[in-house]
Amino acid sequence: MLKIAVLYPELLGTYGDGGNALVLASRARRRGIEVEVVQVALDETIPDANILLLGGGEDGPQRQATYGLANDDTLAKRVNDGAVLLAVCAGFQLIGTSYEVEGGLHVDGLGLVDAVTTRGPKRRVGDLLTRVGNRWMVGFENHGGETELGPDEVPLGVVESGTGNGRFASNARYVDGVRHGSIFGTYAHGPVLAQNPWLADELLTLAVGRPLEPLTSIADELHRSRVREVGGFPDDPVDY
Amino acid sequence: MSTRLPLRSTLALAGLRSVNRASRVLRLGQGTVAGGRVALRIDPQLVRRMSAQRRIVLVSGTNGKTTTTALVVAALGGATTNATGSNMSAGIVAALASDKRALTVLEVDEAYLATVADATQPEVIVLLNLSRDQLDRAAEVRVLADKWRTTLHNTSATIVANCADPLVVYGAVAQMDSKVVWCDVGSSWTLDARSCPQCTEPLNPEGTWRCECGFAKPHPDFVLGDTLAGPVASVDLQVSLPGAFNRSNAALAVVAASLLGVPLQLAADRVSAIRDVAGRFTLRQRDGKTFRLMLAKNPAGVSALIGLVAGGSDLVVSINDLIADGADPSWLYDAPFDELRGSTVWCTGERALDLAARLEYDDVTARVVAVEDLAGRISTTKPVDVIANYTAFAAWLEATTPC
Repeated sequence: MLKIAVLYPELLGTYGDGGNALVLASRARRRGIEVEVVQVALDETIPDANILLLGGGEDGPQRQATYGLANDDTLAKRVNDGAVLLAVCAGFQLIGTSYEVEGGLHVDGLGLVDAVTTRGPKRRVGDLLTRVGNRWMVGFENHGGETELGPDEVPLGVVESGTGNGRFASNARYVDGVRHGSIFGTYAHGPVLAQNPWLADELLTLAVGRPLEPLTSIADELHRSRVREVGGFPDDPVDY
Repeated sequence: MSTRLPLRSTLALAGLRSVNRASRVLRLGQGTVAGGRVALRIDPQLVRRMSAQRRIVLVSGTNGKTTTTALVVAALGGATTNATGSNMSAGIVAALASDKRALTVLEVDEAYLATVADATQPEVIVLLNLSRDQLDRAAEVRVLADKWRTTLHNTSATIVANCADPLVVYGAVAQMDSKVVWCDVGSSWTLDARSCPQCTEPLNPEGTWRCECGFAKPHPDFVLGDTLAGPVASVDLQVSLPGAFNRSNAALAVVAASLLGVPLQLAADRVSAIRDVAGRFTLRQRDGKTFRLMLAKNPAGVSALIGLVAGGSDLVVSINDLIADGADPSWLYDAPFDELRGSTVWCTGERALDLAARLEYDDVTARVVAVEDLAGRISTTKPVDVIANYTAFAAWLEATTPC
């Protein structure tokens, strides 16, 4: 049984974030894996799940969610025990060391990764295309934050189009998100797994601990088409 | 109206009329916005000047603005209005320039309510609902609710507000309660109100909702049930437009018209005569097939329509991503498309693939098809429902003819 937990959807679910759980569950079930998806509310304990999902949200709810998660160290424990964590947008910011909200207030994050978010000069809105290893990740970003990773952190992807974490003196070029053990963070908001079936499968593979059978889906075609539209790159990024 | 406008305004209006005429002749647009822009450039105070001596109703909210505006116009027995849905300053100027009737009903983009309310000094403001909509170009809903609250703090208008929607209540409640007519007309969409607009603690926005911080559903003046029950009497409300959401829109329109002196039952009777608004819900033909066109541009809109269309064998959903639609179709995952299981959904529009992939994940049969090939692929002879977002809907209207 694969258990997927959506954390605080009432706070972190601004724009289609529930789609990531749907994509993961569907891709697992179609391979014959039994799946349970649970929604975890603010006053509930984080269950022992294989995959944990943190979505995007507005400033107020983001802070509320952070306080809820910081109540105890369950999330850190789950991740240390091997749970896969996907944190997008506000969710990505709050697993870092600290983040800044409107009005200049700095909020302590959970410190699962070494990343400091400040408010950038302007809101970044648009398509985001990054290279993750030999793959393309395509998504949409809509955020006002810039996130500087600590020296020991590795970004999830290198930006080809869009902004991602923003540019800092420490980066040779724009990067997006963070990859830290079983933690995946990204600014590609909402249902990022919908447009990137290979990433959904990577998370599933990590979570079940064995290779998955190949799966054909409409999302494969969507992925190729979006990569072409956003970046104008060849269909197959592996050969790029 | 016999108001004397200053020379600058007269020149601005002359500019507006000639640009709009040119725009229509050249088929560049509906001939409302371009001229309005020119006129506002010449006289930025034009909306204010042209609003003087009118009796104005503003209608705002995420969904149902165009329909409710048409229903208020009907309930009043006719009025000046921006019937084309051009709901920012330029479209409003064009509407005011086109019609001298003092009774005026304007739909207003939810982000422009402050500007338009300040310029027009309305008697009544109707607030329908607030939900997530085109986040790539519009503000998040809490920001909008906050903006409304600030704006409405100083208004002398009477506010007709849907008290079933916590975000609307938050936007309307800042001022003295005596100026708000609370209407409990229900809400089919609560996903954006699951955390309290006042304190952000989790909120269960069903029934008579209340947060521990004290923010709570106000006691309604009107309640929509089998009838529309007011403080004095109940009126029968038969609505010809389909869907519970249109019944809610109609109830708010009737209450708004009554505040301008139309007896409630007369307003209700007038509203019931409206069968379609701006092409929405009408039967149209294309390549020998009949389609019923419906507009939905965000999750709450789709959610409201899905109850009407679920159970049919074939359905068309058209999703574009032009500026007016929003460039980010992530919202497709917030809409309850799973309720379409059992139907075949024909996916068209610029983002047909996004839609088809999303439907497949919910085990709904999805077929991507070029819109020209649709008629040949659909075998049914019954009318086929079409749900389209903004520019996709406009394309459908353009490509079909009335039955």
